[in-house]
Amino acid sequence: MSNFSEILLTAIEALRLQKTRTALAVLGIVIGIGAVIALVSIGQSAQKSVENQISSLGSNLLTISPGAQSSGGVRSASSRTTLTYEDAQAIATDSSITTVNKISPELASRSQITYGKNNTNTQVIGATPTYLSVHNMTLQSGAFFSERDVTNQSKVAVVGPQVVSDLFGSTDVNVIGKSIRVNRISFKIVGVTSAKGGTGFQNQDNMILVPLETAQKSLFGMNYLTAISIEAKDKDSITQTQDEVGYFLLTRHKISDAASADFTIISQSDITSAATSVTNTLATLLAGIAAISLLVGGIGIMNIMLVTVTERTREIGLRKALGAERNVIITQFLTEAVVLTLLGGIIGMIIGILLSYIVSHFMSLPFTISFGSIILAIGVSGLIGVVFGWFPAQKAAKLSPIEALRYE
Amino acid sequence: MITLAKITKIYTSEDVETRVLNGIDLQIEQGEFVAIMGPSGSGKSTLMHILGLLDVPTSGSYGFDGREVSSLSEKESARLRNKKIGFVFQSFNLLPRTTALKNVMLPMLYAGTEKTTKEQRASKLLEIVGLSDRLEHTPGQLSGGQQQRVAIARALAMDPKIIMADEPTGNLATSQSDEIMAIFKELNQQGKTIIMITHEPSVAKHAKRIIVLKDGDIVSDETNRGFKDV
Repeated sequence: MSNFSEILLTAIEALRLQKTRTALAVLGIVIGIGAVIALVSIGQSAQKSVENQISSLGSNLLTISPGAQSSGGVRSASSRTTLTYEDAQAIATDSSITTVNKISPELASRSQITYGKNNTNTQVIGATPTYLSVHNMTLQSGAFFSERDVTNQSKVAVVGPQVVSDLFGSTDVNVIGKSIRVNRISFKIVGVTSAKGGTGFQNQDNMILVPLETAQKSLFGMNYLTAISIEAKDKDSITQTQDEVGYFLLTRHKISDAASADFTIISQSDITSAATSVTNTLATLLAGIAAISLLVGGIGIMNIMLVTVTERTREIGLRKALGAERNVIITQFLTEAVVLTLLGGIIGMIIGILLSYIVSHFMSLPFTISFGSIILAIGVSGLIGVVFGWFPAQKAAKLSPIEALRYE
Repeated sequence: MITLAKITKIYTSEDVETRVLNGIDLQIEQGEFVAIMGPSGSGKSTLMHILGLLDVPTSGSYGFDGREVSSLSEKESARLRNKKIGFVFQSFNLLPRTTALKNVMLPMLYAGTEKTTKEQRASKLLEIVGLSDRLEHTPGQLSGGQQQRVAIARALAMDPKIIMADEPTGNLATSQSDEIMAIFKELNQQGKTIIMITHEPSVAKHAKRIIVLKDGDIVSDETNRGFKDV
């Protein structure tokens, strides 16, 4: 339609003549679109950050925990003792298991750590030399303890940077060779792990690693494990590893029914999908709230358009008398509504992007803005214009020219 | 040009029937200048709306430009109004806050005329009605007489065969009113058919033919003996 540009100009002109009203009508859409963009983008940022944290725990990671998969929330206390170092060694050596790369038996418990007058309460993990690579960690200084230290029950420890700063007041102190006390037993520091900046549910900067057998026999007097971490060969074999190891352990524990297994294997992707489903639910909820504000904004547009149609009844009558057909009138008022909502959509989008940038900056989340959400914002605001402008435009087009011309 | 046969118009509201037109028979030829007179409530406005294809008769037939138009679709009558009829209203009905030029261009917008043609034609028409120095003025910046002249220019935009004017001087002072009537006379001399509604005999005397309506019937239809050319 060659005259569309003219209709568009007419619409912009009409809106320009009613600046205050236009601004107020647009405000609802601005808030709605702004909220959608901001909430969706903050949700995506949060999700990304959770995913980053989980993958930083180790790639292709599987974790075997003692005890049955909690049925009805009940987990019997005795089942905490079902995993042993021998289990771990058997998995590592058995020929039926083909997809396991590395295996790390672990015994974790909290203890009081002291150095001079300073003390801190932190996670102490009995581990073997495979721990670092399975958990995707590196040392910033010193060396990790050896297999020999494990069998000899050496009193050596590798500490996280958080522990260093808690006990020594600063992370810059050279702590290699210093002695700290764990449960009143003296340990020599042999290494410090690199900072991972981990926050949240498992802070890898705030823990102490000691040889597994030292932890079992000298520190805690327990001969079982609290976890076995397994690094699968690659991402695609994780499911196979899960099956192989599960079947192997069932046989080894002489359990015929998989449902009554006395251990649980959780893969990285299980944790990721659980966390993702939580953030997804939150994001959907927030987007729902934003959508409602968008709906309210749309109703505001409809209201304003109805007022406009009533106010301009004579103009509509004149246009019809001069030969404007119904669809021309409809186009004119729909255009006006769509220009309104698009304007609101674009302003709302800019505000939403700014808002999510500010929020992700202050919450130190990665800032993400998807091209899709921009397209969606513009599409949705245009659509709102069409949907909520339709009724007023129809009303205008149906006016009889004589009635409209007589209207005072 | 125009042939009305037994045209009636009945309005029904709340079970009360109001007969506004009582079977009008009327013929108007190309090039006539007709004034339709009558007291208020005589049906002259309704007749004008039917003649102008703004309303449809309840019964009867209406031949317009060799075509039966008493039951046209909305779309078709919109097209005919756009191309063949120019309207001039009592209260001018110009778009407020819109320049004279753009007001005159309006009918051409609905005809899909090309932009440059529209502008050229509109400014030429405004020149004809003596407003070549007011192209960019909005109605608020123009006097009543000037506004009505813009409206006449707009009525001429599509070069229609007929101009229908509904009390075109009703809102104007006498001097301005005479100016408007002079324009109508000149247009009529150039061959335009003009149908004008008025209740003022001083305005009607400018027409060549005077039809008087009363209670929905034509009570008199005579050639104006006092007609004088410009």
